[in-house]
Amino acid sequence: MNVEGVLAQLAALVAALVLAPLLTGWVNMWRAWLQGRTAPPLTQPFRALHKLFWKESVMAHSASPMYRAAPYAVFSCMLLASMIVPTISTNLPLAPAADAIALVGLFALARLFMSLAAMDVGTAFGTLGARREMLVGFLAEPAFLMVVFTASLISSSTSLATIVASLAHRELTILPSLAFAGVAFTMVSLAENARVPVDNPATHLELTMIHEAMLLEYSGRHLALMEWAASLKLFAYSCAGLALFFPWGIAEANDRVALAFALPVVVAKLAAGGMLLAVIETVLAKMRIFRVPEFLATAFLLGVLALLVRILLGA
Amino acid sequence: MNGAFPAVDGALAVVAAWLAIGLAGLLAPRSFRFVAHVLFPLSALASLALAAFGLAAIPGAPQALVLPIGLPDLPFHVRLDALSAFFLVILGLASAGITIFAAGYFRAGEGTAPGVMCLQYQVFLAAMAMVMLADDAYAFMVCWELMALSSFFLVTTNHRIPEIQHAGFLYLLIAHVGAIAILLCFGVLQANTGDYTFANMRAQHLPVVPASAAFLLALFGFGAKAGILPLHVWLPEAHPAAPSPVSALMSGVMLKTAIYGMARVTFDILGPPLWWWGVIALAIGLATALFGVVFAAAQVDMKRLLAYSSIENIGLVVIAMGLAIVFTGYRMLPLAALAMTAMLYHCANHAVFKSLLFLGTGSVLHATQERNLGKLGGLMRFMPWVAVTSLVGVIASAGLPPSNGFVSEWLLLQGLLFTGAIPNPYLRMLVPVFAAGVVLVAALAGYVMVKFFGVIFLGRPREEKLAHAHDAGALERLGLVWLTALCVLMGLFPVQVMQVMDPIPSMLVGHGLVQDGHIGNAFLLAPVSPERASYSPLAILGATLAIAALAFVLVRRFYHGRVRRAAPWDCGYPWQTARMQDTAEGFGQPIRQIFEPFYRMRRELPTAFDAAPRYRVTVEDPMWGWIYVRIATATESVSRVVGRLQRGRISIYLLYSFVTLVALLFLTQA
Repeated sequence: MNVEGVLAQLAALVAALVLAPLLTGWVNMWRAWLQGRTAPPLTQPFRALHKLFWKESVMAHSASPMYRAAPYAVFSCMLLASMIVPTISTNLPLAPAADAIALVGLFALARLFMSLAAMDVGTAFGTLGARREMLVGFLAEPAFLMVVFTASLISSSTSLATIVASLAHRELTILPSLAFAGVAFTMVSLAENARVPVDNPATHLELTMIHEAMLLEYSGRHLALMEWAASLKLFAYSCAGLALFFPWGIAEANDRVALAFALPVVVAKLAAGGMLLAVIETVLAKMRIFRVPEFLATAFLLGVLALLVRILLGA
Repeated sequence: MNGAFPAVDGALAVVAAWLAIGLAGLLAPRSFRFVAHVLFPLSALASLALAAFGLAAIPGAPQALVLPIGLPDLPFHVRLDALSAFFLVILGLASAGITIFAAGYFRAGEGTAPGVMCLQYQVFLAAMAMVMLADDAYAFMVCWELMALSSFFLVTTNHRIPEIQHAGFLYLLIAHVGAIAILLCFGVLQANTGDYTFANMRAQHLPVVPASAAFLLALFGFGAKAGILPLHVWLPEAHPAAPSPVSALMSGVMLKTAIYGMARVTFDILGPPLWWWGVIALAIGLATALFGVVFAAAQVDMKRLLAYSSIENIGLVVIAMGLAIVFTGYRMLPLAALAMTAMLYHCANHAVFKSLLFLGTGSVLHATQERNLGKLGGLMRFMPWVAVTSLVGVIASAGLPPSNGFVSEWLLLQGLLFTGAIPNPYLRMLVPVFAAGVVLVAALAGYVMVKFFGVIFLGRPREEKLAHAHDAGALERLGLVWLTALCVLMGLFPVQVMQVMDPIPSMLVGHGLVQDGHIGNAFLLAPVSPERASYSPLAILGATLAIAALAFVLVRRFYHGRVRRAAPWDCGYPWQTARMQDTAEGFGQPIRQIFEPFYRMRRELPTAFDAAPRYRVTVEDPMWGWIYVRIATATESVSRVVGRLQRGRISIYLLYSFVTLVALLFLTQA
């Protein structure tokens, strides 16, 4: 580990912390515009976080230490995930700590803490949210891993840095397996980030909530950490998708020129991705909860198809 | 260690010590305090000694002995090599925690007298150790039966309850069906030489047909003990029936003796296995794992839930074994070593975390007298020790980083992913499908574990009496903490653990991971090469803890740490009760709906006009209807036909003898 590596890692950390709420704000802006509303400013998520951190935290009498610890656990899992995913550089000191499989495991760990915290207070909506979140999770996680496996078969590695490097240097053709995997990945990220066909981040109807139902009891700084963690998750998923399917422009050495070039590239890619997400959320309607397994099973099968196409046809 | 005091002598001394402790229990069969406070702690010390001897023996050369016990011409052959030493370490480490917990767990006046139960318990431990040490078929079968019988008596400790008698009978029945298959397997292996030592069996080079027959018999026979599909039915009956430390011992350690037997026969005695055996093991393993986890999600009894989860884990172990067989069959030795390491690692992990969870349910059972998840809840506040240790077990069982459960699943997935060099194209296509199955199982295990922990320990108590639940006692805590520490250490130091177990793949498949330097450095696990895959649990844990601590400090520094307690919000609904939380049935409902064809479900739904509305769902194992009930009816109808021969009159029986005699004379003349 050298000084440059540490600096690049710190840059990735700061980029994640700053860009994640901005990405959420950007998506919200576009959603508002597409729906013909006046958009909130780009920095609205930061203002909301600041407000929440100032407010006192109201906790139920029945809340146990689990409830207070969970926001910190979820936040640190998500921040670590965003530091491991190649955002501006593939050559990060923390990257070898977790390959793609361990990254999925890290997301699953955060989900476990979140669901347990939701069950902790013992309200009907909390357990409902936890149950639905685990339902989405156990269907989405295998589909995500199928995508990862396809990419790792192409580059014969599960290390994200090696995957990105080998995908960025192949000749510019569309591999059918990667195309299938890309569709599967988009479906999984919509489900995992509580986005529209599966869940609605702006819902106020209790019975349709998944993610929001789990946060229902949270307030003040704990809610702020959970919200920040949610935007970090969206950021990490977006960056993972960009690294797998549009790997060009990520710095492979930690020199300043490459990093300075990589940052605007990733911001531009995220901006394009955020617009696409807003369009998807605007044109699709939310599904009933029991259509979600079909949706995610489709993603899983697409992932398996991608894997088989890669193995059988080498394409 | 090998020169001065052979480890095999040490292991036998521990076995003798266990038997002596067991017999000492008979000195004062009614004295509860003598058994709990003197004998059980001594037995736990013996367990630790066994683990130490095992650890010392893993890297050494095999040590053999002939014991002057047994029949006149059939002495017991004993041999301690790396494989048996590793399983002895598992037995020693897990049973140390379980026994010290048991010292605090057993209460006076529950079923069998304490002294007698102590004898059964120690004989069970000694028999398991001897199964792993035995080096001839005769000694092996004697110890195997002793293990089955002693555990049968332990399962039926509360023998007055009809349900428990039933469970015990089923257990004994399937154990013996399995034992017959194992006996036949040894019969095939000795190849008409009449010499039943394993050394002789190793020297035989069986042709393909008998070798395959031996493998299939071993898979069936040991599979009956391990609980592979469809021989798993005894597990969810016997585990809840037994007292919790016994369930822990059976699930954590006894199931591993079956895995040990399979590995011993397949890799050691039969020599290099054929690749298609591995495909059979892979298919059975995946079916078992999937079936186990889907049924675990539907259970409402906490110990049955854990029993089905054990079936799932055995499935994963069998998948890893199948993969190791496939790779060995194709002589892809480094990958075979990887798959075998995954198998051994998962055996050790499951022994530790499943024992931990079963002991946790034992404490809950004692504190609340309740096994039904639907009547528990909110116990984290009353039983913090049990809750926190169980949380570690739950994370390990869900296979999440940085726990030990993740390491073995990660190794298994690495093995499944890099199968591109397999020469058989169909198999190359099939193996990633197994990877998909393993991933689905792992994700479902997370669901099951959230249900288990969330419904028992979180939320509000669903019954009034739970508010008086007491935490585990001091000895129970010691056992729980010991197993928790093992979970954590095996999760954080995978490279060191794999270095310890490396002689086993070297011995069984002729290749280790360490010898090529393919293991990474002290902090980074990288079984093939760091470019290919790497994982560092210490870095993950350290980084998450650092971020959490920093976030905590920064929030306090720049904002504040004020908290106000109030009634739960719940969207402003003030009349909620603890009964409105999800029950275990409710939490499993999505799984029941998605996997409906797997289950045999009966629903009783209330109508709008019921005076006392009643809702009940029962989920049954379809294997009963598909296989066991059919075998039972077939047996009954055959016996009815045969029964017609019985007339109860001596003259008719004499006629039978006469006819038989004439027929035989006729045959010999012709």
